[in-house]
Amino acid sequence: MLKIHVDMEKCQHYGQCVFDAPNVFRLNDDDKLEYEATADDSEQDNVQLAVDICPMQAITFTKAD
Amino acid sequence: MTRPVVIVGASMGGLRAAETLRKSGYAGRLVVIGDEPHAPYNRPPLSKEVLAEQVDHAAVAFPIAEVLEDVEWVLGNAVVSSDLDAQTITLADDTVIEYNLLIIATGLRPRRLSMPGAPTRGAHAIRTLDDAMALRPELKPGAKVVVYGAGFIGCEAAATATKLGASVTVVGKGPVPMLRPLGHQLAEDIQRRHEAHGVRFVMKTQLTEILGDDKVTGVVLDNGETLECDVLIESIGSLPNTEFLEGNDIDIASGVHVNSTLHALHQNGTPWSNVFAIGDVARFPIPQFDPTTRRVEHWNIPTEMARKVGKQVALQLGEDAEAHATELAKNFAPIPSFWSDQFEVSLLAYGLLDQGEEVRLLEGEVGGDCIYGYFKGEDMVGVCGIGMRSKVMSYRNKVGLTATA
Repeated sequence: MLKIHVDMEKCQHYGQCVFDAPNVFRLNDDDKLEYEATADDSEQDNVQLAVDICPMQAITFTKAD
Repeated sequence: MTRPVVIVGASMGGLRAAETLRKSGYAGRLVVIGDEPHAPYNRPPLSKEVLAEQVDHAAVAFPIAEVLEDVEWVLGNAVVSSDLDAQTITLADDTVIEYNLLIIATGLRPRRLSMPGAPTRGAHAIRTLDDAMALRPELKPGAKVVVYGAGFIGCEAAATATKLGASVTVVGKGPVPMLRPLGHQLAEDIQRRHEAHGVRFVMKTQLTEILGDDKVTGVVLDNGETLECDVLIESIGSLPNTEFLEGNDIDIASGVHVNSTLHALHQNGTPWSNVFAIGDVARFPIPQFDPTTRRVEHWNIPTEMARKVGKQVALQLGEDAEAHATELAKNFAPIPSFWSDQFEVSLLAYGLLDQGEEVRLLEGEVGGDCIYGYFKGEDMVGVCGIGMRSKVMSYRNKVGLTATA
């Protein structure tokens, strides 16, 4: 299980993460970021790509059992 | 000692290449060389947070992944020359490093004005953390700022400086700011929004003289006007850092010319098997557009190139020749993407807007939130929105030329 956190003070809703991990991140109708706070381990590679590509470096995640 | 993979350039592209090499199974020596004294850091905050707040390197440093524990970092030491046949590079302190494989990620540096006798104090560029930190204390309320160059960096700097209370004049050569990347309609729209915040534009004008003895006190323009100022921000484009490659048989006209597997090319167009270039310094083809090669200074490009080269090189140096061949058969085909924040304007774009021959308003209305499409015939080669981000994103996979798809 992955626990995902986005620092909403940093996030500027650029949506770059949406293309790397579409099952976890999305922009809502108001163009604000929404995300799943937990995700299956199978999403780890995608979430890591999203972490790397975030222009504001606002995304972190940990692996929990 | 075995020869390492050497990555020249310790910014985002170099960092991501190193990570991908390790994650793709390369366990040999890995050297990353950077001319700046800082470990890799994130640049987008430089023109905003770093100018506006008291932040330092720690606030913008990229986290260094565990897989990079045994990377040999050489920071604050530029590569000054190279011998690609002998597979060596030479650093500013005369150290010679032999490499097995070379990844060039040296990026760009700002083009600066060169006016003999002109004062340098008060004149700034914005590229590095040190640039932004040097500029920050000068952007005080009431400061008179001239921004020379009306591209994205200049316009973003103008917006940030205005928000910090400075009085800002943008001087640019073209008829409107950001004309080439955005086209006339959108550029005019954004200029009007800047003007509503008090930014003054002096267009179709060039700077001819910088006034002041040891510190900038003003500039003279070719329309005869003199502008008093405390701060001059030069945002007149950038130059690829390729000087260290001179003297080799490698095509470095306007950046390092690479093919669609990111191999650097000889002057006759044949690839070097062990030299690659990624990021802002690379000039590459984008197959879904046209055969032209170009440098693309967009956020997503260094990371996407680093992912491809990192994996490809790890496979090249590994045991699985078939997996390497499979990776080599994949062409690098990114979708260029950029954004820009200037006052309340939040731009998001995909594709190559400057390839458009006709601009059409797709959604919304001029002056408010809207989306423009950039067309070549019936093909949409670019899309750019002010606001409406999730809608703009839905156009991302529709840009390109059908004839080459």
